[in-house]
Amino acid sequence: MTARIQAPSTAKRGEVIEVRIAIQHTMETGFRVDEAGRPIPKNVVNKLVCRYNGTEVFRAEMGSGVSANPYLDFFTVADASGELVFDWIDDEGTTGSERVTLTVS
Amino acid sequence: MNTPDNSHRRSFIGRMLALCAWPSIAARAADVPSDSAETMIVKLTGGKIVSEGRVKLELPLLADNGNSVSLKVSVDSPMTPADYVKSIHLYGPKNPRPNIANFYLGPRAGRAQVTTRVRLGGTQRVMAVAALSDGSFWSGTADVAVTVSACWDAS
Repeated sequence: MTARIQAPSTAKRGEVIEVRIAIQHTMETGFRVDEAGRPIPKNVVNKLVCRYNGTEVFRAEMGSGVSANPYLDFFTVADASGELVFDWIDDEGTTGSERVTLTVS
Repeated sequence: MNTPDNSHRRSFIGRMLALCAWPSIAARAADVPSDSAETMIVKLTGGKIVSEGRVKLELPLLADNGNSVSLKVSVDSPMTPADYVKSIHLYGPKNPRPNIANFYLGPRAGRAQVTTRVRLGGTQRVMAVAALSDGSFWSGTADVAVTVSACWDAS
């Protein structure tokens, strides 16, 4: 699973920064059927965690009500230089991870 | 009198009926366990009062396609270690699974605002409930008219 993250690479200490992530995922609802009429099992990215230098700053629990290729836009306070690490998992247990570095002056 | 034949035929008919019913039962089982949005909110708050206000939910008035509707939720909060938003919960009462998403924030968020894209199964009043650090619950709603529902289409 690939993801695209948009976050500033530099920030002033104490600045509130905007972080955006879009994960490539079908977010299968479990309500659809395939060509043969068999139900397609539900498979959504059910959990995403964002950690800033190891501390959780944002967590999302998602269901089938979140659109395909889930997009999340949230905020965090830039308090130290380091890494923002994103980890997510879907119903089938497939995990994904992505990270961005941030320099705080 | 041909009783054995009759019973055989009956059990055969019974089996055929069961066979017809089976796929629909299987299909229905997938969407039965969902509680209503109201029940989910009561479970979330533990029966505490949810006050209206402080939560701003922004959705388009009209969504042409229920498969992807942009949603922005923000909560009026200073987001300090003493007073912050713990979590935000989104509900679409007409969705087959009403609990769309839950977001967990903290004082380190700086600003209690999340934007995402949701699926809506029909015209409805979407609701956001915020749990604050002082134990209070606040809510905001937005009415959305959905032209094409996200659900039940075979696309």
